[in-house]
Amino acid sequence: MSLALDAGSAPATLPAQRSRGYWSRVLRRLSRDPVTLACAAILLLILLAAVFAPLIAPADPFKGSMIKRLQPIGAEGFLLGTDELGRDMLTRLIYGGRQSLLMGVLPVVLAFGIGTTIGVIAGYVGGRVNMVIMRTLDVFYAFPSVLLAVAISGALGAGLNNCLLALTLVFVPQVTRVAESVTTQVRQLDYIEAARMSGAGPWMIVREQVLGNVLGPVFVYSTGLISVCMILASGLSFLGLGVKPPEPEWGLMLNTLRPAIFQNPLVAALPGAMIFITSICFNLLADGIRSAMDIRS
Amino acid sequence: MSALEQSAVADRGGPAQPLLSVKGLQKHFPVRESGALPWVKKGPARKVHAVDGVDFAVAKGETLGIVGESGCGKSTTARLIARLIDADQGSLVFDGEGVAEFGGMALKDYRRNLQMVFQDSFASLNPRLTMEEAIAFGPRAHGLPAKEASARARALLARVGLAPEQFGGRYAHELSGGQRQRVNIARALAFEPRLLILDEAVAALDKSVQAQVLNLLRELKEERGLTYLFISHDLHVVRYFSDRVMVMYLGQVVEIGPVEAIYGAARHPYTGALLSAVPSMDPANRTQRSPLAGDPPNPIDPPAGCRFRDRCVNARAVCAEQAPRMLPLDADGRHFARCHMNDPASGYASSAPAANPEAVQ
Amino acid sequence: MSKPLLSVRDLNVRFHGERNASALNGVSFDLAEGEVLGLLGESGSGKSVTLRTLLKLHPPARTSMSGQIRVGDTDVMALQGRALEQYRGGMVSMVFQDPGLAFDPLYTVGEQIVETIRAHERIDADTARARALELMERVQIPQARRRLDAYPFEMSGGMRQRAMIALALACRPRLLLADEPTTALDATVQIQVLLLLRELQRELGMSVIFVTHDIGAAVEVSDRLAVMYGGRIVEEGSVADVVQRPAHPYTAGLLASTVVDVPRDQALPAIPGAPPDLAALPPGCAFAPRCAHASAQCREQVPALQAMAGDERHRAACWHALLQPAHA
Repeated sequence: MSLALDAGSAPATLPAQRSRGYWSRVLRRLSRDPVTLACAAILLLILLAAVFAPLIAPADPFKGSMIKRLQPIGAEGFLLGTDELGRDMLTRLIYGGRQSLLMGVLPVVLAFGIGTTIGVIAGYVGGRVNMVIMRTLDVFYAFPSVLLAVAISGALGAGLNNCLLALTLVFVPQVTRVAESVTTQVRQLDYIEAARMSGAGPWMIVREQVLGNVLGPVFVYSTGLISVCMILASGLSFLGLGVKPPEPEWGLMLNTLRPAIFQNPLVAALPGAMIFITSICFNLLADGIRSAMDIRS
Repeated sequence: MSALEQSAVADRGGPAQPLLSVKGLQKHFPVRESGALPWVKKGPARKVHAVDGVDFAVAKGETLGIVGESGCGKSTTARLIARLIDADQGSLVFDGEGVAEFGGMALKDYRRNLQMVFQDSFASLNPRLTMEEAIAFGPRAHGLPAKEASARARALLARVGLAPEQFGGRYAHELSGGQRQRVNIARALAFEPRLLILDEAVAALDKSVQAQVLNLLRELKEERGLTYLFISHDLHVVRYFSDRVMVMYLGQVVEIGPVEAIYGAARHPYTGALLSAVPSMDPANRTQRSPLAGDPPNPIDPPAGCRFRDRCVNARAVCAEQAPRMLPLDADGRHFARCHMNDPASGYASSAPAANPEAVQ
Repeated sequence: MSKPLLSVRDLNVRFHGERNASALNGVSFDLAEGEVLGLLGESGSGKSVTLRTLLKLHPPARTSMSGQIRVGDTDVMALQGRALEQYRGGMVSMVFQDPGLAFDPLYTVGEQIVETIRAHERIDADTARARALELMERVQIPQARRRLDAYPFEMSGGMRQRAMIALALACRPRLLLADEPTTALDATVQIQVLLLLRELQRELGMSVIFVTHDIGAAVEVSDRLAVMYGGRIVEEGSVADVVQRPAHPYTAGLLASTVVDVPRDQALPAIPGAPPDLAALPPGCAFAPRCAHASAQCREQVPALQAMAGDERHRAACWHALLQPAHA
C-alpha cells in the first residue's frame, strides 16, 4: 500500500489561497471591531489636533484678558469658556495635548524598548543573570509608581526632560517583568528546543524565534501603560514637577483651575475630562489589539 | 547540492561501528527545597535520579525502541543525547568520534547529524512562522542563503506529502495534528541527519493518522539510511517499528535486546509485567489480573539494591542487598537483562523470599 | 427487551462562535441497566461531546441542542436548576480524563467526597465521612484512612484517578460516565484502573458509558461498542461483533491501523486523509472522502444505521457495509 496522504483534505474550511502574513490578519480583525476603531479615531483626532494646533486653534494660548476670566462654556467667542486668566480653553486644550501626549507616550515607548531588551535577555539566559537583573528591578518595583515618579522627578529637579526620565524609569521594571515572564515561558517550548537542535546561535534564535512571540504581549501591556503614564505625568505637572506655567498641559491646567471649581465647575473639569477620555481610549485600544492578536480564538 | 551536505559527517567507521554509543550517562536533578532565601536550606539535599548510568549503542540503520513508564528517564535520556541538557557524567561517541570533547567533533557538527521530533506537534512549531520559514530556519542557521533554504524547505514539504504551494505559507494552527507532525519531520530532515530521535512522535495522533506517519517514517528511513531512536509508551507500535528494544525503569536500563527476544522471551520481571499490562484486543480473553500493583515509584531516592524489588513478585533478600548487574543472556551478546534471577553467581537461588507488600500475589 | 436506563434519540448539538460546528448530528442509542457501552472515536468524533451533553454541561449561550435524552423516567433536556443539580452527581456522575483538574487543590480528597455526599443527601458529617472511607477502600486505595486527609497533589496519578472514581460513586449513581479515564495513565496503572472499573460496575450493577480512543481499553471493559465519526454513530454492536466482524469501513480501517500484529516488513494499512472538519461536514457520509468504497450515493446521502444480517443489534450506517444488511 502506498503512502497515504492527508494533504488537501483538511482543514477543509481554509481558502486555497496562500495565507496572509500575521500582522495583516491582525489588522483585518481590528478593522471589524467598532469599539477599537472608535477609540483609534478619537486618539487620532486628538493627536492631529495637537500636531496642527497653530493652524486650527481659534486663539493664542497665552493671551488672556482680565475682564473675560472664567467665562462659561458656550460664551460669546469662547466655545469652551475661558480659564482663570481669561485664556481660551479650547485653544489651551488643543495645545495641551502636545505636552500631555508626549509625556504619556514617550516614556512608555522608551520603557518598552529598554524593558523588552532587558527582559528578553534575563528570560532567555536565565539562571544567575536572571536573578541579578530581576531582583535589582524588584527594588524599584517595590515602590508605588506615583511615589517613585515623584521621588525621582523631585531628586532630578523640575522640568520636562527630568519628568520624562522619571516616568521612563518608573515603567522599565514593569515592562521588563512582563517581557521576562513571557520569554521564560516561550523558552521552554519545544520549538525553541528544536531551534537549538538546529545549531543556530542564541542571537539568531532570540531574533527569529523568541522575539516575535514576546513582542506582542509586551506591546499590548505597554499600550495599557500609556493611560497610567498620562495620569502620572498630569500628576507631576499638578505638583509643579513637570511642565511649568504658563505652558498649557492638561494636568497643570487642572491644577491652576482648581480654585475655580466652585465658580465654574464645568470649565474646571475640562482638562480632567480630556485626560479621562484619552486614557480610556488607550486602554480600550490595548484591549482590542490584545484580542485581535489572539488569532487562534 | 550545497556545502551543507558535504560538511556533514559521512559514514566513517563502516557498518560494524555503532552510529552512536552512550556510556555511563547520568543526570540527577536537585530537588528544590530551599527556603524563601536561596541560601537557607531546609532538610537534606535530595535528588531526582532521572538517568542513572545508562549504556547502550545504536547500530547504523537500525531502530532502537525505548520503552518504560513515566519517570523512567526515557525522555531525559533523549534530551541528554540531543545535548539539550548537559549530563552530569557520561560520554557520547558518534560514529567513532567523541562528541564535544578534546579532539572530537564539535557540538554544531554533532547537532547536524542528529535531530529530534517531539510529541507535541503544536508546541514544536513557532506560531509566528509559516511552515516554510520553520523548516528553512535550520539551514539558514548553517549559512545557507535564504533563497536556497526556502527551496529546500519546499522540497522537504513535498517529500513528507504536503503540497508546498498549499502548505508552505500556512501557520501551525491552520494544520491538523498529522500535518503538523509531517512538518516537524521535514524540519528534522533539513540537514540530512543520520540519527533521528522520535520522542513519542506519534503518541498524540489519532490512530488512523498515526499509521500514515509511521509509514512515512519507514519510507524515509529506507530512502535515506536513517537510524532511529524511537521512544514510545505504545508497546504494539514499538514491536512493529523497532529492531531492538530497550526497557528502562527508574533511570536505568533493565533489559535490552532484539525485538523478538524482548517480546518473546523477556528475562526481566518488569519487562514481562509491562508487556502483560497491554489491554487485550480479544473480548473472549480479557485481562483478568493486573501484572503490577501501585504506581511507578518516585525517582527521588530510589531503593537500594534492585530498583524494581518493591513491586516484583520474585523479589528475594538478595535483591535488597546488592544491585544486579547487566548480564548477557545469549551467545551472540545481543540480549541483556539486569536481574539476579539470570545470574547464578548472585546467590538468588538460595536467598530467602522477601516480604513484599506491594507486589501482586 | 426491557425498558432501557438511558435512551437518547436524535440528539443534535451545535456550537456557535466565530465558526459554527455541528458536534453531534442525530445521535440515537439505548443503554440497558447494568450495561457497559464503549464509545469509541478519534478527536472530533463527538464522543466526549455526547457525554457532556448527557450532563448538560455545555454553556447554553453558545450551544443549541435538540433531541431527547431520558434517564429512567427523567427527561434530561427539561431539567433545570435544583433538579439538574440533583441529577448531576446523584443519578449520573462523571469521571474525567485528568483527575488533577477535577479536584480542587485547596481541599483534601476526603473533604471533597464528604461535601459531594452531603450536597445530595441529608446526613451528618460523621456518617458522610464513614461513607467516604468506605468508598476509598472500595476503589482499592491502600491506607485509605490516611489518604482521606491527603490533598490531591500528594497523590500519584493512578491514586488520584481512583479517588476520582470514589468521588463519582459517592451518591450511588445509576449511570457512570467515564471520559478517557485511563488515557493519561501509564500502561501498568491503566490496566489496574480498567480492572477496577469492571469490578465496581459488576458489584454495583450500574450502567457505564466508557469513552475512549483506545480500542484495547474499550474491549477490556465494554459489553457493547459504538463507533463515532463526524458527530454520528457509524457502527454499534457487541464488542465481539464490532472488533471481529466490523461492518463499517471506518471501523475496519481503525482496527487495521491499530498496530497489533502487522508483520514488521509491511507498511501499515493506514486510512488516508484526516478526520472531518465539524464546521464543514460533507453532505453525505462524513467518511466518504477517506473511504475506498465510496460511491456517488455516499457523497450525497447520509446513511442511516441499519441492522446487519444474523444479528439485529449489530448495526452500521453505511451504503456499502462490509457485512450483508438484514433487510437488503
